[in-house]
Amino acid sequence: MSVDQATVRRIARLARIRISDNEVPKLEGELNHILGWIEMLEEVDTDNVEPMTSVVDTSMRLRQDVVNDGGYPDQVTGNAPASDENFFLVPKVVE
Amino acid sequence: MSDLLKLTIAQARDGLSSGQFKAAELTEAYIEAVEAARALNAYIVETPDKAREMAAASDDRIAKGEAGALEGIPLGIKDLFATKGVHTQACSHILDQFKPAYESTVTANLWADGAVMLGKLNMDEFAMGSSNETSYYGPVKNPWRSKGSNADLVPGGSSGGSACAVAAHICAGATATDTGGSIRQPAAFTGTVGIKPTYGRVSRWGTVAFASSLDQAGPIARDVRDAAILLKSMASVDPKDTTSVDIEVPDYEAAIGKSIKGMKVGIPAEYRMDGMPDDIESLWQKGIDWLRDAGAEIVSISLPHTKYALPAYYIVAPAEASSNLARYDGVRYGLRVPGDDIVSMYENTRAEGFGTEVRRRIMIGTYVLSAGYYDAYYVKAQKVRTLIKRDFETSFADGVDAILTPATPSAAFGIADQDMKADPVKMYLNDIFTVTVNMAGLPGIAVPAGLDANGLPLGLQLIGKPFDESTLFQIGKVIEDQAGGFEAENWWS
Repeated sequence: MSVDQATVRRIARLARIRISDNEVPKLEGELNHILGWIEMLEEVDTDNVEPMTSVVDTSMRLRQDVVNDGGYPDQVTGNAPASDENFFLVPKVVE
Repeated sequence: MSDLLKLTIAQARDGLSSGQFKAAELTEAYIEAVEAARALNAYIVETPDKAREMAAASDDRIAKGEAGALEGIPLGIKDLFATKGVHTQACSHILDQFKPAYESTVTANLWADGAVMLGKLNMDEFAMGSSNETSYYGPVKNPWRSKGSNADLVPGGSSGGSACAVAAHICAGATATDTGGSIRQPAAFTGTVGIKPTYGRVSRWGTVAFASSLDQAGPIARDVRDAAILLKSMASVDPKDTTSVDIEVPDYEAAIGKSIKGMKVGIPAEYRMDGMPDDIESLWQKGIDWLRDAGAEIVSISLPHTKYALPAYYIVAPAEASSNLARYDGVRYGLRVPGDDIVSMYENTRAEGFGTEVRRRIMIGTYVLSAGYYDAYYVKAQKVRTLIKRDFETSFADGVDAILTPATPSAAFGIADQDMKADPVKMYLNDIFTVTVNMAGLPGIAVPAGLDANGLPLGLQLIGKPFDESTLFQIGKVIEDQAGGFEAENWWS
């Protein structure tokens, strides 16, 4: 499988990374080179093999469904590039 | 170099507890060495005031007879670990100015045991790289140089700052993390010891996430005993990380010095790669001879899916990274680059905030997870991962106690190597011997074992059974004793 320039633009859009027109051909080449190398996996017979879901044999722990942290909105928003009265500020999203 | 800087952690611990010197003196010696070694670019932030404060508190506790396991030991912390109120950016521009309001579990464990923080260490951006060249703060220089050359070499990556700082004696030990080889490859490149523990041994809470099913923290240290001491403090069972496994942390140091007589060590045929340099090949043979001479039984084993580990990794790791790094959107922390609307704000922020390699991996991850490709790539890779793990399980079921391999396919290479720059896959191949271990969740240690023809350090890797780090320290110590230690000549201060 390989990607074309339209796909490169679509991936960048999905990944929310702006790319300039002159970056597209370079990325197309690089991604295809990496994807071409990855194609080696097609040699492996994976019929009747379960995909890995957890690398260690363990079961998830349950905890009490209680509030055990919080109550410091100033700290939560303390690193925000823009905030006001403990709210994150973003550009206008509704007209 | 001050004599205090030559001490291992074990020696410094003894000197502090017997009152030969104060924690404040030890810390002061390191602070001076850190300042004098800025040419290496190992530290991106120095925290001398905090170090002095912590060392003074250590001296108080020592005087009261309340010393912890790492009391007064000055450490460097990889920039991936959240340190309360102190720069934590995973060496990325996108976390610009980020200072967490919390402490990672790993560093909290170290401070609880009395360790002292010297500063934050350089690394590849978001731990993505094998040369420390993807850092927003520039490359780290390896303290080692080829015989008769002044050319700067990489310290490996992603924990390049950690390995460099340990090798250059500008910290007594360092924290590091390993997703595909990021502890073991830099350790091998700098003549230091690095261990990636079993997945689930060390809490990931408060460590900036790269690929959550592969990431594990571990130490880089000057010798095997120091690595054992550090891992004992870093490891814990943590309710804040659901993948932290509920098994008591053993006293790893107790394994050191025990005989390996009768242990079965596997030598995997598939690690003998085409075009392997003679130096690596002969080092591996030397390691085999050392272990046999020490009484271990050497057996040939087969790990047939070895060569598929790296391509499968380059599906799984970018996929998880694209998901983990979605949180950097210019809203809650770090850099924000304005745009016409919210989507262009996201796009501008992420274009400017992430470096080339991180962007490339997010793009690959986004593609392999996108509609129509998920089964062909991600599910296929996770199936291959099952087979890789099964290969190891078969060997261990046959009675193998540990597996011996080379740590890296070469010694340290030059900064701005043109071949690697031109071809990302060439750079990825650095992890060919280490990445299988992450894919299978196993522990792996890199121990310095010799020098190549240019006088550069090379390492051997031991791979163990899940949660059997003790055996790795035990066998690693045998290699260390046979190989002897390796010290870089000081040209930087």
